[in-house]
Amino acid sequence: MRHLLSISDLNKSEAISILDTASELARVSDGAVKKLPTLRGRTIVNLFAEDSTRTRISFEAAAKRLSADVINFSAKGSSLSKGESLKDTAMTLQAMGADAVVIRHPASGAAQRLAENHWMSGSVVNAGDGTHEHPSQALLDAFTIRKHLGMGGSDLVGINVAIVGDILHSRVARSNVLLLSMLGAKITLVAPPTLLPVGIHNWPATVSYDFDSVIPHVDVVMMLRVQQERMSDLFFPNAREYSRYFGLNGERMAAMKKGAIVMHPGPMNRGLEISAEVADSARSVITEQVTNGVSVRMAILYVLLAGGALEVGSN
Amino acid sequence: MSVALSAQDITRALTRISHEILEKNQGSTNIVLLGIPTRGAHLATRISSIISSIEGTDVPTGTLDITLFRDDLRMRPPRAIMPTKIPTSGIEGKDVVLIDDVLFSGRTIRAALDALGEIGRPRTVQLAALVDRGHRELPIKADFIGKNLPTSKSQSVKVLLSEIDGRDEVSIEEGVE
Amino acid sequence: MSTADFLIKGVSLPDGKKIDLAIFDGLIASVSSGFKGEAHTVIDGSDCVVLPGLVDLHTHLREPGREDAETVLSGSRAGAKGGFTALSAMANTSPVADTAGVVEQVYRLGQEAGLLDVFPIGAVTQGLKGEALSEIGAMADSIARVRVFSDDGNCVSDPLVMRRALEYIKKFGGVIAQHAQDPRMTIGSQMNEGEISARLGLKGWPAVAEEAIIARDVLLADHVKSRLHICHLTTAGGVEIIRWAKARGIDVTAEVTPHHLLLTDDLASSYDPVYKVNPPLRTESDVHALREALADGTIDIVATDHAPHPTEAKECEWQEAAFGMLGLETALSIVQKTMVDTKLMNWMDVADRLSIAPARIGGYENHGQPLVVGSHAHLVVINPTLKWRVDRDLVLSKSSNTPYHGHELPGVVMHTFYKGMPTLLNGNVTSMGGM
Repeated sequence: MRHLLSISDLNKSEAISILDTASELARVSDGAVKKLPTLRGRTIVNLFAEDSTRTRISFEAAAKRLSADVINFSAKGSSLSKGESLKDTAMTLQAMGADAVVIRHPASGAAQRLAENHWMSGSVVNAGDGTHEHPSQALLDAFTIRKHLGMGGSDLVGINVAIVGDILHSRVARSNVLLLSMLGAKITLVAPPTLLPVGIHNWPATVSYDFDSVIPHVDVVMMLRVQQERMSDLFFPNAREYSRYFGLNGERMAAMKKGAIVMHPGPMNRGLEISAEVADSARSVITEQVTNGVSVRMAILYVLLAGGALEVGSN
Repeated sequence: MSVALSAQDITRALTRISHEILEKNQGSTNIVLLGIPTRGAHLATRISSIISSIEGTDVPTGTLDITLFRDDLRMRPPRAIMPTKIPTSGIEGKDVVLIDDVLFSGRTIRAALDALGEIGRPRTVQLAALVDRGHRELPIKADFIGKNLPTSKSQSVKVLLSEIDGRDEVSIEEGVE
Repeated sequence: MSTADFLIKGVSLPDGKKIDLAIFDGLIASVSSGFKGEAHTVIDGSDCVVLPGLVDLHTHLREPGREDAETVLSGSRAGAKGGFTALSAMANTSPVADTAGVVEQVYRLGQEAGLLDVFPIGAVTQGLKGEALSEIGAMADSIARVRVFSDDGNCVSDPLVMRRALEYIKKFGGVIAQHAQDPRMTIGSQMNEGEISARLGLKGWPAVAEEAIIARDVLLADHVKSRLHICHLTTAGGVEIIRWAKARGIDVTAEVTPHHLLLTDDLASSYDPVYKVNPPLRTESDVHALREALADGTIDIVATDHAPHPTEAKECEWQEAAFGMLGLETALSIVQKTMVDTKLMNWMDVADRLSIAPARIGGYENHGQPLVVGSHAHLVVINPTLKWRVDRDLVLSKSSNTPYHGHELPGVVMHTFYKGMPTLLNGNVTSMGGM
């Protein structure tokens, strides 16, 4: 595997192997070892054309724990904000000798463009492209679900997941639908009809407009962030009405199954899609998602960079 | 292919190594056994049980995966990471015995020393190997050896253990490519 | 006639009849089996079909304003290479072709290039803004004699503006060519709205945004009894509306582009903006409906919507890229592949959809004439038995944004004659022009 652009780049065993690798890395990091020499001498560039402090820090921590050199290249003050083309940026990174580029970009498909144009030779990791995908987020979500609810198996067979909110604009939802269904989970997408894409009927998920009818049947409630700019674009009448039908509050949480967990990719809009009571409850694994993010991203970088794919060594 | 060690030879070698470890360390009180996955881990378990049957006490035993510390990662396809399990007593101030199946270039042991260094500071680090086939590339030497097997570089040494392979045997194969 | 200028021997007419065709003094001098006279130049027409020179009703020549992408001359060369003898230069240049001055300039540039007729299309509204009518009458009366008016690139979305424009052009028998795209429903839209856009996270462009405008405009054309042309139809629903309107006797015509007859929205999966076009590539079932409609005449013509863009406008992220693809040099091959080789149409139908009908809609009197003695010798000779491979580095357009790079296509345009003189001879564009 050279790039991670979309969950569809992975088959089930590759996905599980990333999760297993992340488990081992988490144990190593939990113990005395804070820093591993594995990627010493490798250069990883965080190319962030869109603000996302948490994802950037998570990838940076992952790279540094594996001893890679990290260069941060963020939108503000960088050439990307001065209208430099993606191609020129890529060729600059190539000239700097980047072994991998972690890219966050507001345009769907930007990571794929970077990877498939021969502008640079390094690996490309999609850290969120427009409204397309966010594969590392889905992997850390799957990792977190497996850790809490996995019945000892390596996959997620038998687990029911509700993904709630702005499916239309969510790269987190797209990657999670692909990954969680591949791992055997049953997915229900819950949203107002305006925030579900046309053409969703072939997705490996069922659709519901009624959050309350879904809640008692799922093991995981994954809430999505409602972006401020959706408020003014006729997707729903106002924040209060959205909250009433699609927000996760204490009352709805009380209807959840025993042992069911609440997830959110962050950053949260407390009081809009999730109440403070829920976010801070014992069911919430939201801060743990952040912790797991580092291990999962270490595993991704390990799988992409630790091996020399071209040479196959004899025993 | 020729058989270098039979199942019986292996059992005898491990018993001898166990005695040598006890002798060198004047008993088992300060010893920690760490096997290098995959087969070294099983050898460590076997040596551990031999020592406890001799001494009448359990020896802290664990595993140490060195994959993340290898210096040849770029030369091979990515490997799965195996578990590292350090006994709860830790390794600080202990006499750690690293256990591997085959001692060859010495690079695995160098990586193991790096890995240990990240975990703590043992009083001594010793090395036990079932087979030493020569061709060292680093200044590393085993303290306890089951059998010295002179080989050419083109040959490969194959270790089978009943826990994984269904039977115990060490053999030498010609130029496997 | 003393000695013919050119003699094309043993070529097939669109109806399949093998003939010798002689050209003299800009006109067809003889169409017969076994020409007995002399000729200066004899061309072997075996395996070839002769059609009236192709007429494109929808070309972006970019001059004035974006001469880095295309000029009237480079676009004329690409046109000659593709078998065209007339192009219609869209009005979305810079400055916009909304005055007699600009359309006369474009017309003259076409005459100077001399490889084919360039008929300027006038803007419907000033600056393509959709608000105030441009100087439609002055453009019609200019030497360019503009008859087709379009804000192409933009939709004339205000129903009152559209009504007035339709009424106004009745004065001289013009036609409004509508780019049917509801602007509110397509803010930021990137590709056809459906399964693929849902997966790719690219903003959807609903079919209804096109169909709603078509439905409104056929009703308006009916109400004011004027002439409407629908540019680049792309949806099965649009076809249904046109079919209904024609059955009611509404004076509407419609075009389809070669790319919408072949390519589908799943190509966007590559995120390669060479497949980004306005209106967007649609689904397999839309392609099927468009082919059927072109075959049965519901859709009247094929028009290229040739839209050159410089490399940097396409070598970027999909959502940053410009809309449009090249079309002139591949149009006839794509039509052969999608319509002739599939037995949906014969060569007489091709002559109609790519020459006779567009010349009639545009009012281009000397074009699209029957292949009989006395007609203007605007001709294209194609060898449908040969195949060729598209290479974006070898196109004659100044730009290289062809979606067919690397494709093997059937049908090689061998010769193009404009006013009786070859502009393309044995596949090579000549320096010879018209008189």
